[in-house]
Amino acid sequence: MAAAAEAEHHVPVVAPVEADGVFSLLWLIIALPLLGAAVLLLGGRFTDKWGHLLGTAMPVGSFVLSLVSFFTLLGRDDEERQVAQHLYDWIQVGGLDVGMDLLYDPLSALFLLLITGVGSLIHVYSIGYMAHDPRRRRFFGYLNLFVAAMLMLILAENYVGLFLGWEGVGLASYLLIGFWQHKPSAAAAAKKAFVINRVGDMGMALAIFLLFVTFGSTSFTEISVGVQAGTTVGVSGLDTTLNWIGVLLLIGACGKSAQVPLQAWLLDAMEGPTPVSALIHAATMVTAGVYLITRSNFIFENAPHAQTAVVAVATVTLLWGAILGCAKDDIKKGLAGSTMSQIGYMMLGAGLGVAGYAFAIFHLLTHGFFKANMFLGAGSVMHAMDDDVDMRHYGGLQKLLPVTFLTFAMGYLAIIGFPGFSGFWSKDKIIEVALTENLFVGICALLGAGITGFYMTRMMFLTFFTKPRWEKGVHPHESPWVMTVPLIVLAALSVLGGLMLAGNWIVDFLSPVVGHVEHEEPPLPAIVITLIVVAVVGIGVGLAFLLVQKRDVPREAPKDVSFVVKAARADLYGDAINDALVVRPGGHLVTALVATDRTVVDGAFMGGSTTLGGVGQALRRLQTGYVRSYALSVLGGALLLVLILVAVNL
Amino acid sequence: MTAFWVLAPIMVLAALGILFVRKAVHAALLLAVVMISLAVLYAVLEAPFLFAVQIIVYTGAILMLFLFVLMLVGVDASDSLVETIKGQRVLAWLTGLAFAVVVVVGLGQITFGTAVGLDGEGGANEGGNIQALANLLFSRYVFAFEVTSALLITAAVGAMVLAHRERLTPKETQADIAARRVRDFSEKGVHLGPLPPPGVYARHNAVDTPALLPDGSPAPASVSRVLAARGTVRVAADLADDIAPIAGQIERPEDASDRNHSVRGKGMRDHK
Amino acid sequence: MPYVILSAILFTIGAIGVLTRRNAIVVFMCVELMLNACNLAFVAFAHQHGNLDGQIAAFFVMVVAAAEVVIGLAIIMTIFRTRRSASVDDASLLKF
Repeated sequence: MAAAAEAEHHVPVVAPVEADGVFSLLWLIIALPLLGAAVLLLGGRFTDKWGHLLGTAMPVGSFVLSLVSFFTLLGRDDEERQVAQHLYDWIQVGGLDVGMDLLYDPLSALFLLLITGVGSLIHVYSIGYMAHDPRRRRFFGYLNLFVAAMLMLILAENYVGLFLGWEGVGLASYLLIGFWQHKPSAAAAAKKAFVINRVGDMGMALAIFLLFVTFGSTSFTEISVGVQAGTTVGVSGLDTTLNWIGVLLLIGACGKSAQVPLQAWLLDAMEGPTPVSALIHAATMVTAGVYLITRSNFIFENAPHAQTAVVAVATVTLLWGAILGCAKDDIKKGLAGSTMSQIGYMMLGAGLGVAGYAFAIFHLLTHGFFKANMFLGAGSVMHAMDDDVDMRHYGGLQKLLPVTFLTFAMGYLAIIGFPGFSGFWSKDKIIEVALTENLFVGICALLGAGITGFYMTRMMFLTFFTKPRWEKGVHPHESPWVMTVPLIVLAALSVLGGLMLAGNWIVDFLSPVVGHVEHEEPPLPAIVITLIVVAVVGIGVGLAFLLVQKRDVPREAPKDVSFVVKAARADLYGDAINDALVVRPGGHLVTALVATDRTVVDGAFMGGSTTLGGVGQALRRLQTGYVRSYALSVLGGALLLVLILVAVNL
Repeated sequence: MTAFWVLAPIMVLAALGILFVRKAVHAALLLAVVMISLAVLYAVLEAPFLFAVQIIVYTGAILMLFLFVLMLVGVDASDSLVETIKGQRVLAWLTGLAFAVVVVVGLGQITFGTAVGLDGEGGANEGGNIQALANLLFSRYVFAFEVTSALLITAAVGAMVLAHRERLTPKETQADIAARRVRDFSEKGVHLGPLPPPGVYARHNAVDTPALLPDGSPAPASVSRVLAARGTVRVAADLADDIAPIAGQIERPEDASDRNHSVRGKGMRDHK
Repeated sequence: MPYVILSAILFTIGAIGVLTRRNAIVVFMCVELMLNACNLAFVAFAHQHGNLDGQIAAFFVMVVAAAEVVIGLAIIMTIFRTRRSASVDDASLLKF
């Protein structure tokens, strides 16, 4: 690992230049969707008629601005590709000085394009998907709020600003998952997502506190400079602190990115409308954790233990999610499992250090394209099947939904890593780096790719091939153009996303942010690895073909299945583990506390008051109402007074 | 000191009397005795102004006010001396006696020198007790004096407010009364004329003696309801014995001219 | 100083009267007796010390007593008017 050790000293610091020209409009990228959310949510019924159009126009506007900024950035030299804009002083308390600062660099630029681009497409799609929902205007308001929060997260120049967006994303996801709040399951899922995210947020908040205590600042610029200065001089204890910060940041990232052990909310979150699943749980929100780790590269590069933890978490998650994906009959949950798994790949890339960051982001982008594509495709299928999500009720839809089928197929080929498609390039690179860094992790990633091939093929066959199994009265039909156009655009991106790797462009582009390391020779030649990956995926696909296409698929899920399938159907007992480890002990603790409160605290309190009350009951007998009794006590008092006077004087 | 030794036992006895007499009027009279004695003691103690004020204000005004209220409340409303509050009497006496003993013993410990006195050459009363008091009152105590005036005004207003009874209905005019009486007569047959005065057809015309109806039975309407409620109405039948001889005298026809005159004169005398 | 002793005795008798009698008017008389006892002490001390402040105090006590009697008797009248009773024990509803 000599090269990696060498690389540690070449982690670039964040050194932005002052924003000018088009970059002075950076704030507008956030402000536009925020304005949209404000108008839609505060405007009330008045905005019902045109609310969805405004809500779509705002992210599109942000997208245009992002695009302009992106091309302006491309025109600059590497040294000037980090731009900061100071908007106003936000928090100034004692030593804490947090500005509302924005940072625009290649990393943010790519994220902006992904969020506003895919976000805009999802908005367009939602116009059709939510056309008949009476609360469509509110839905677009929430979507805009979500986009604004995510953009804030991406553009913030310090951890506090990032945390603002982080929490905003959490809030918006809560609102959107529980959008159909009349369904108890949706309300519960929203609550679950919110609570689990709080656990992660706590880690995040603690990490920010620790950063502030250690470096006296929360700004990326100052912390990266501080870390570099500290490690160069060799400040004692800094290693440990950085490791702790890294672990805490990882906890935060786990919450948002649905990594083990905070993964349980993602599958339930499919209760939200499908565009929400596409937007939040595929393209953007869950990538926040990957962004956080990549953004904090100056910390993780100096915190090897935290990095190891990231890799471990990522490896477990990518397998976990893949296994879940195999067992789910709900098309959206299947996709959610796959999302978990793919985010695991990204985390793995990010955890692998300088060599992996760029590929993590690359995979993040391609995943954003094909997963949004597939979620929206799944939405289109559900739209056709009267909101039925059970794949066992589908089958043979390829003729009836040609556009959906073709676009979904593009996403499918991309995710399994079919040679030439975007997912092929990105996943292949991550597996390659993983094999280079650690053989075991690499083999796990390879296995994950095989399982991905299996479950995606299963989904594909169950939905579009095999015999039709839908009920009478269901008449599948293609979706309107407002829904299919975004699908086509995303499908095109899924196919062509790999072009970003052409000439190693994305690696070079991101190098000012994440650093650059000389390509290390993998244990096997790259082409061999690629072939192995394709072969493993092919095995998975073939297995699925044999198990699904060649057999009759029962309409009801068979009950007598092996332990492994049962476990996978139960989310690998993630909820059971949470229940056993947290919920039930917590419940018992609360019960005990309540009992303590009832008996000890209330007992002391009530006992005291009862005693006082009893004394009062006894003493009130003195209040006879007879004025002469009172006069007697006055005379008694006078007698005492005289006695005291006499006694004192004598 | 002669006056003191004469008056002190009288005062103590009178004061103790207040504790034991049943009737409030008697208590008031005993209090008058104490107060007049006090006035005399004031005179002995070279306070002629207070002597006068004690007699005028206390014995004159305040006691009269007590008696006046007693009249309104009921002169003969006597107090039952049976104690209702358990232990009150015993405790009151014990505490009171203890208080007296303690104070008297305490005072007995003090040795007073010869009294300075007020009258005489260079005394405080030089130039007259009233003038000397006035000097003090309008100089050192002028503020207290002014405040006292406010107190008295407040007391006067307060007494009026408390004694005032709010009129809830408009005052009945004479026409209203006449109309009511005629209505009562027509509806209930109530006697239209004035109530019979007490003592008509009777030897006594005192307010507590009911009038007799022509058949000799007493007329209930002729005595005040208050007197009837208190049970102090004298039963006319008691007097019936006196009526017969008189009736006999009236019925004698022969010397009607002068006897009649004398009977009427006798009757007039009896009424007094 | 026999005057002061007399004053104390009269005061005590007045106090016992307040505690034992139930007719509000008699109780009130006993209060007056106590006030008078105090006045006697004032006047006696004025004589003892040879200045008139005691007499002034007695004078003020009389004034206040007069005001108090007016109000007190008016209250007794009002109570009697509504309750048909002048017993202090009858007005005993303000209790536990």
